[in-house]
Amino acid sequence: MKQAAKPRRTGRSDVAPDVLLGMYRSMLRLRKFEEAIAERLKTPSEIVCPVHLYTGEEAVAVGVCANLRKEDFVFSTHRSHGHYLAKGGDMKSLAAELYGKTTGCSHGRGGSMHLAAPEYGLPGSSAIVAGTIPLAVGAALAFSVRKEDNVAVAFFGDGAANEGVFYESLNLAALRKLPVIFICENNLYSTHMPVASCLASTEIYRKAESFCMPGVRIDGNNVLKVFREAGRAIAAARLGEGPALIECLTYRWRGHVGPNYDLDKGLRSKEELDSWMTRCPIKNFEEFLAAQGLISTAEKEAVSREVDVEVAEAIAFARASPYPDSAEITRGVFR
Amino acid sequence: MTRKITYVRAINEALHQILESDPKALLIGQGVTSPWYVGASTLGLIQKFGPERVIDTPVSENCTMGAAVGAALAGMHPIFVFPRMDFMYYALDQLANHAANWHYMFGRQLGVPLVVWTIINRGGEQAAQHSQALQALFAHIPGLKVVMPGTAYDAKGLLHASHQDGNPVIYIDERWLYQNEDDVPEEPYTVPIGKGVVREKGSDVTLAANSYMALKAIEAAKALAQDGISVEVIDLRSIKPLDETMLLKSIKKTGRLVIADGGWKSFGVSAELAALAAEEAFNHLKAPVLRIALPDTPAPASRTLEKTYYPDANRIASEIKAWLHKEPK
Repeated sequence: MKQAAKPRRTGRSDVAPDVLLGMYRSMLRLRKFEEAIAERLKTPSEIVCPVHLYTGEEAVAVGVCANLRKEDFVFSTHRSHGHYLAKGGDMKSLAAELYGKTTGCSHGRGGSMHLAAPEYGLPGSSAIVAGTIPLAVGAALAFSVRKEDNVAVAFFGDGAANEGVFYESLNLAALRKLPVIFICENNLYSTHMPVASCLASTEIYRKAESFCMPGVRIDGNNVLKVFREAGRAIAAARLGEGPALIECLTYRWRGHVGPNYDLDKGLRSKEELDSWMTRCPIKNFEEFLAAQGLISTAEKEAVSREVDVEVAEAIAFARASPYPDSAEITRGVFR
Repeated sequence: MTRKITYVRAINEALHQILESDPKALLIGQGVTSPWYVGASTLGLIQKFGPERVIDTPVSENCTMGAAVGAALAGMHPIFVFPRMDFMYYALDQLANHAANWHYMFGRQLGVPLVVWTIINRGGEQAAQHSQALQALFAHIPGLKVVMPGTAYDAKGLLHASHQDGNPVIYIDERWLYQNEDDVPEEPYTVPIGKGVVREKGSDVTLAANSYMALKAIEAAKALAQDGISVEVIDLRSIKPLDETMLLKSIKKTGRLVIADGGWKSFGVSAELAALAAEEAFNHLKAPVLRIALPDTPAPASRTLEKTYYPDANRIASEIKAWLHKEPK
C-alpha cells in the first residue's frame, strides 16, 4: 500500500504531529467503518445482532485512547465499536463479530455489544448499563496491588449516571486512590429519554465533588481537548494521585440502536441533529490540521483511500468467514 | 500431619495458605479485617498479609463484587466474601451478567478466576433477610460452579480447589458447622469439585444431602439403621457440577431416592435431583422421590416457627419411615 507523504512538522500545537495525524486517522477509521456497517444494516440486513452506532462521538474514544498503552485496560459498553478500534482492536475481527462469524473477536458468541481484544487491553464490553464501571475499578485495584503504573478506563454513557453502582464505584476508587479514569460520554439521550428527564442534576461531572475527586466537563467533539484532559488525568493516575471523572459532551447522530436517524419518532428535532452535525468532530479536526499545515488535500485523500480499503477488506473478510459450528454450543462455559 | 481442628479453623488455615503461596490471591469483602469476623474465620490475615491483599470494603456489594471480577480479569485471584448469603442479591448483576458469562461470551479468551465465599447463617431468630440458602439460584446460572463443604476436611480442600479452579466458584459454608471438628491435614490439599462422597453405605434408600443437612442425614441414617432400614448417605459437596455418576449408581442400587436440602423446595436442589432420577434412572425407581427441604415461605423469626421451618435429623428419619410405609407393595 502506498504510504502518504510524511507530514510537514510546522504545527504550532504542543502535541506531536504524529499523534495528531494518528488521531485523525483513527477517527476516520471509526467513522468509515460504521458508515459501511450502517449501509449493511438496512433492509434486508446482513447483520442480525443489535448494533449501537457511535457515529458523531468518535473524538471521545480516540482522544482518550491516544493516551493509553497496550497494557492499560479499557472497559466498554453496548456502544463499543469506537472503544474497540481506538484501543487497537482488529477491524476484520470486529466486522466478523457483527456478522456472527467464528472469526469474530468474540468468536461469534458476543455480537456488537460484547467485543474483546485482551491482547490490546480490552477485556470486554458489557450491555448492562454501568456494568463495567466496577470492573474498571477492580482492574485498577489489581494494578495498584501489583504496583504497576497502568491505568483502567471506564467508558459509559449519561444513562449510567442513573445507576447506583456508578456512585459506589466513584467512592471506592476515590477511597483507595485507584488509577481509574471515568469517562462519561454524555450524548444527551439515555435510549429515548433526554438526559434532563433522567437526572435531577444534569451536570454529571459535578458528582465527582462528593467523592473528593476531580471532575470536569469538556467538549467531547473536540478530540484535542479530550486528548489533553484525559492525558492530564491519566498521567496523574499513573503517579498514584487517584481517579478522575471527565464528562464529554457529545451527540449520537443515529438512533439508540440501528442505522436510522429516528427523526420520525418525534424524540428530537432535525434542527438539533443538524446543529450537532455541523460540529462533526472529524470535519472540525480536519480543518484544524489543515490550518496548522499538518495535512494537505492529497494526504487527506490518501488517508481516506487507505481507510476505505481497510473497511472494504474487513467487511469482505466477515462475509466470507464461516459461522460457528453448532456442535460448539456447549464449549467454553468453563475454562 | 493430620490433626483434629474445627471447620472454621480449616477455612482460616486454607486462607492463610492461599495468600501465602499465591501472590495473586486477594481476600476482599465486608469486615475481613474485623477481629470478630464471622467465627474468627479471617483471624491473623490482616496482620500477616496487610491491607493491600486483605481488603475490607464499604457496604457496596454491587461495586465491590464487580471490583473483584475486574481484578480477576486483570490477572488476580480474588476471594470475595459475603458474611451473609442474603447480601448477595445486590451483587447478582456482577455475578450473573458479568463473571458467569465472561469466558463464554467473549469466545473463551478470558476466564474469571474468582472464589465467592458466602456464608449461610440461619437460625437465632434472624428472620428472612439473614438466613437464606441460595445454592439453587446460583447453580441455575451457566458459568458458575457451586460447592458446599459439610466437614472441616472438605471446607479446607474445597477452598483450595475453588481457588485453583480458574472459574467463578460459589463456595457456600454454614455457620452451624463452624465448631465441628474433623481430621484435617496441615499441609494444603484439594477436594475435587464435582465429586460427592458416600458417608454411609446402605442398600434400601439413597439419601442425598449437602452441607449441614448432610450431617443431619448421617444422624438420620444411623437412627433408621436401628429400625432395620439401610440408608446410603451421599454428601454432594458440589452442587454444580453434580456428581451424577455417584448419584445414579446409588439410585440404581437402592431404587429409592430421598433428598435433604437446606434450601427451598420448589425449583431447588431437591427438584434437580428428582429430575435426574426421573430422566436417568426411571426404570430403577421402586418408589416416588421424597424431598425434604424448606417450605416455600420466607424464614420466620420466632423460635417456635423456626423449629418447624428447619428440618432436623428426627424429621428426616420420620419422613423416610412414613414414606417407606406408604410405598405400594
